[in-house]
Amino acid sequence: MIEIKDINKTFGDKHVLKGISAVFNQGMSNLIIGGSGSGKTTLLKCIVGLHEPEKGEVLYSNENFTKMDFEQRIPIRKEIGMLFQNSALFDSMTVEENIIFPLNLFTEMSISEKRDRANYCLEKVNLKNTNKLFPSELSGGMKKRVGIARAITMQPKYLFCDEPNSGLDPKTSIVIDELIKDITDENNITTVVVTHDMNSVMRIGDNILFLHEGQKWWQGSNKEIAHTDNPELNSFVFASKFMEAAKEKL
Amino acid sequence: MIFTHLGKYILLLQASFKKPEKFKVYWSEIMREMVSIGIGSLGIVCIISVFIGAVSTVQTAFQLVSNLIPRSIIGGITRDSAILEFSPTITSLVLAGRVGSSIASQIGTMRVTEQIDALEIMGVNAPGYLILPKIIGGVTMFPLLIILSVCLSLFGGYIAGSASGAVSPNDFIIGLTTDFNPLFARIALIKALVFAFIITSVSAYQGYYTSGGALEVGQASTRGVVMSCIIILCADYLIAQLML
Repeated sequence: MIEIKDINKTFGDKHVLKGISAVFNQGMSNLIIGGSGSGKTTLLKCIVGLHEPEKGEVLYSNENFTKMDFEQRIPIRKEIGMLFQNSALFDSMTVEENIIFPLNLFTEMSISEKRDRANYCLEKVNLKNTNKLFPSELSGGMKKRVGIARAITMQPKYLFCDEPNSGLDPKTSIVIDELIKDITDENNITTVVVTHDMNSVMRIGDNILFLHEGQKWWQGSNKEIAHTDNPELNSFVFASKFMEAAKEKL
Repeated sequence: MIFTHLGKYILLLQASFKKPEKFKVYWSEIMREMVSIGIGSLGIVCIISVFIGAVSTVQTAFQLVSNLIPRSIIGGITRDSAILEFSPTITSLVLAGRVGSSIASQIGTMRVTEQIDALEIMGVNAPGYLILPKIIGGVTMFPLLIILSVCLSLFGGYIAGSASGAVSPNDFIIGLTTDFNPLFARIALIKALVFAFIITSVSAYQGYYTSGGALEVGQASTRGVVMSCIIILCADYLIAQLML
């Protein structure tokens, strides 16, 4: 479980996050949604420690992550897997090297054990026989899947995904969503996904946090989102005619 | 402004010299950087060194027209100027362009494509993993490149002197082997170490704090080269003032 309390973050004069508090439960796909510039990615970066909030706390299983220094954070960081918006695969390494990179640094596994682990992770994301390819030889969807494979290689307790569906076709988006859902359910981990893809929201949104102008505007499940009377959330979720039509069937 | 940069630079270096997570992984990175910096720079170092020696010999011969000065002095002047100044400084300025821009753009690209964020999320000390191997690779390979550069400069001077008839091969060899001061060689090696540290660390600093996109990576690369060149020239003067 991850708990955030009163998170505030500013960049210069711009107050990006204004006192956000929330709980992200274990075994659930927790989604952070909101319009462009609402502070979704900034909130995610505050949670994982890439940004330091000016005020507020982030607690991983009740351990105060915000107050820890770099060395103290390492044990928690080893339990974190993250999929970046642009996958952030290491260009100079092959797919296999990307996946075993954290194993090389933090485990005493033998080469064959590391290869087995890489193959297992690649099998999980349906990317067999791509071990020797470089990121530049992969499509966008394949990069995302390798990013997920790298994120789960250390068997994380917390999985973070920043816009996992951006730039992907609808079919590949479904594959990525199902993958995230399966990994969350199978390993009973805490997953936090930043997205503005409404299809993802409806498919995997167990717990949804809606941000508006840097504030927490609404929190609930994908079942509740269709029946909310919150005007900002309604205008965001049902902005397209397709979603408007779908609303009537929900 | 300058103190902000200086402070950030010192903090980055401090983070870079922290104890590695796993020495074996760092060792392979160091080897990779040594090959990239050392072997990768061989071609350009060979070409500029031969021409530095050749031009130095021809120009010295042109200026020494008096019959009272023995022609062998040309060999001595070529040797001393190559060891003391031309090989360490000019080679380092050229390598600031080749090695410095490569380091700044490589780290800058990793920054803007979130690869450095990915390292940090994993719990890796990103400055240590990315910068330390580059500094060690530079500091170990630059002295070897400078020694090679000195040898090739003297060879270039020998060929140019003989070919132009400015100095006979025998006189040139006599000049090379007369009144050699070992202090000059020590100064050249100290310059190589200092310049290597400047190029790798300053370029890495520029790359590490890049933000934005491709345009900013290019600007960081340019800044890395320009700053390295300016600091090399300042350090060159300081070393000369302190050691001679």
